[in-house]
Amino acid sequence: MAKNGKNYIISSLVEHKPGVLYQVSNMFRRRGFNIETITVGESEQAGLARMTITIKGDERTVEQVVKQLNKLLDVVKVSILDPESTVTRELALIRINTPNATVRSDVINYTEIFKGKVVDVAHDSLMVEMTGDSDKITAFIELMKSFGVREIARTGITALPRGMRSTRME
Amino acid sequence: MAEMTGAKALVEALKRQKVEVIFGIPGGAIMPVYDVLYDTEEIRHVLMRHEQCAAHAADGYARASGRVGVCMATSGPGATNLVTGIANAYMDSSPVVAFTGQVPRAYIGKDAFQETDIIGITTPITKYNFQASRPSDIPWMVRAAFYIASTGRPGPVLIDLPKDVQTGAEDMEFDDDVEIRGYKPNYEPHPLQIERAADLLANAEKPVIIAGGGVISAAASRELIMLAELLQAPVATTLMGKGCIPEDHPLSLGLLGMHGTVASNLTVPEADVLLAVGMRFSDRTTGNVEKFCPDAKIIHIDIDTAEIGKNIEPHIPIVADAKRALKSLYDRLIKKLKRRERSKWMSRIAELKKQHEEMSEKPGLSPPRLMKELRKILPTDAIITTEVGQNQMWAALYLKAYKPRTFISSGGLGTMGFGFPASLGAKVACPDVPVVDIAGDGSFLMTEQDLASSVKEKIPVIVIILDNRYLGMVAQWQRLFYDRRYSATHLGETPDFIKLAEAFGAQGTYVGSISEFRRAVKEAMRSDVTTVIDVPIHPEENVFPMVPPGEEITKMIKG
Ligand SMILES: Cc1ncc(C[n+]2csc(CCOP(=O)(O)OP(=O)(O)O)c2C)c(N)n1
Ligand SMILES: [Mg+2]
Repeated sequence: MAKNGKNYIISSLVEHKPGVLYQVSNMFRRRGFNIETITVGESEQAGLARMTITIKGDERTVEQVVKQLNKLLDVVKVSILDPESTVTRELALIRINTPNATVRSDVINYTEIFKGKVVDVAHDSLMVEMTGDSDKITAFIELMKSFGVREIARTGITALPRGMRSTRME
Repeated sequence: MAEMTGAKALVEALKRQKVEVIFGIPGGAIMPVYDVLYDTEEIRHVLMRHEQCAAHAADGYARASGRVGVCMATSGPGATNLVTGIANAYMDSSPVVAFTGQVPRAYIGKDAFQETDIIGITTPITKYNFQASRPSDIPWMVRAAFYIASTGRPGPVLIDLPKDVQTGAEDMEFDDDVEIRGYKPNYEPHPLQIERAADLLANAEKPVIIAGGGVISAAASRELIMLAELLQAPVATTLMGKGCIPEDHPLSLGLLGMHGTVASNLTVPEADVLLAVGMRFSDRTTGNVEKFCPDAKIIHIDIDTAEIGKNIEPHIPIVADAKRALKSLYDRLIKKLKRRERSKWMSRIAELKKQHEEMSEKPGLSPPRLMKELRKILPTDAIITTEVGQNQMWAALYLKAYKPRTFISSGGLGTMGFGFPASLGAKVACPDVPVVDIAGDGSFLMTEQDLASSVKEKIPVIVIILDNRYLGMVAQWQRLFYDRRYSATHLGETPDFIKLAEAFGAQGTYVGSISEFRRAVKEAMRSDVTTVIDVPIHPEENVFPMVPPGEEITKMIKG
């Protein structure tokens, strides 16, 4: 598969049971498709989980991914989300070195500008919670690098279409 | 409602599916089921000598009969021995349901004795798999498994049965409908797509059809032939499609691809409109895919959406059952099409076919000649299975098939050792017709131990070994592409196949001439025990035509 190409967001409803994540990730591995990010959690419908997968590739690859996903019996519905009309969010927890008071207040200031939150304070570090689209989080992390980033945990993207367009099962 | 053990429920559920035979081998983790089978007269159990053969026999049964084949094994090594057979059924879309014993629930994940993660192992090679987590799962899982295996694009399904789920008792519900929200095979073709395809075909100068195994699974031979005749379109088949049109039909071109006939490999690229049905444009069929029919408008009918555009992007995709799609096309076309005259093209095709016939007129024990002689002796409904290698391609090229489900071969996986156990399964399904395995000496040695089950269970088949004392197909590649460096392909002078057959209580016959061959086959057809016919052939014989790997299909080596 083309390593470069456009980013696509695939939203799928899957049976909420053991082994489904394995089926999906194994299919990607076997067919040589690359997962950029994947998030899984309960959906609005009982017994169904929502898997949000982002991949990079050309249109043909994405079409194949969607077909192969649909072929899995535990995958109930698959939609490709149009980035133009989709709300995407990611959450990151970032621990930043704050050796002295000046750095500490700089970090707090930047966090406020980025509309993040300080969620944990230690004597020489702060933990910041940041949500937003992935670019914003990446930008914040870049900014923090000059202070020294100790740990990062990012969730990967989750997404839903805006307005009336639905990914629900009919 | 009465309580029932999981094992009893399993057998009851199988009876409700009208299962008549199970191919398997028992072991610790599946003993409760075997204990119930001991009292079950309605279901025959055929004890195989290797679980791989159990899976292949179930596969052969399924392909010969069109029904679901069932195999069974214990946990651990029993289950892993099934794997090749399951992968084989998966690649060739054959409806097989496999049952495996498993360690008791409390032991799962503890690396218990003979525990193996068969669910993890078979996830990429089954259409679906289940592990029963309680006895009352069994009735609906069996129903779901048979439904999944036999509908849409058929394929193998595995059910893993922890031992304590077999022994535990619960109330059982046998009639629940199975609702699988993520599985809704689409059978009906889209009328607009049919309309577009019909337009294209109606205006085609040189329409050609490629028919694959999907035509056979969908029982669409009649519809295929009617459409081909209406369009006066020649039909090439894939290996899996062999038999879907009688190969003595004037429109039949024979096999297409790496070992395609001259008629197929030269006619298909001439098409201006290509109708591909129930096939998947495998690399063995298309040759160099970039150069495969670059100018043709392609209509692709398949029940599996994921096959559309996987290897070749069609102009008109039709996701549907082959039978219904072909019927709809016929119904549209009969209204808009006058019978076409294409006598010039047709006589060229006839000429190419004649060339092919001449290739099987070599003297002596040449494999093409043997295939031709065999065809003259066998009734048209005889079932042929093949091993893998030169033997398989000689059979595919030179042994004509006249009916669907009479040519059974390992296409997708190319599994040496498939043909013999598959022939046993086919014979169980169709006891009244001769079943012949066209074998290579190398392949036969991979599963020959099931001569024992064929004798003990009275399943008489005929094994014809094209005995070149080589892993012949590999040796052919070495001859053509590796400077005759025969690395690890010479098998040597043992075994003596006659003695081998006799050791198992089967018959063995050595033939040294065409007349002896004829006599041996006729005798074997009358025999009520399996016969192994050992035919020495020249070790340097090549299968031609052949398209070198990666080449376009017109670039044939014709020998
Ligand atoms: C299980 C398995 N192992 C290896 C191969 C690779 N292979 C393909 S054809 C072939 C030679 C087959 O020899 P034989 O059965 O004697 O048939 P022949 O080509 O001589 O007719 C081999 C080793 C295979 N297809 N399957
Ligand atoms: Mg050989």
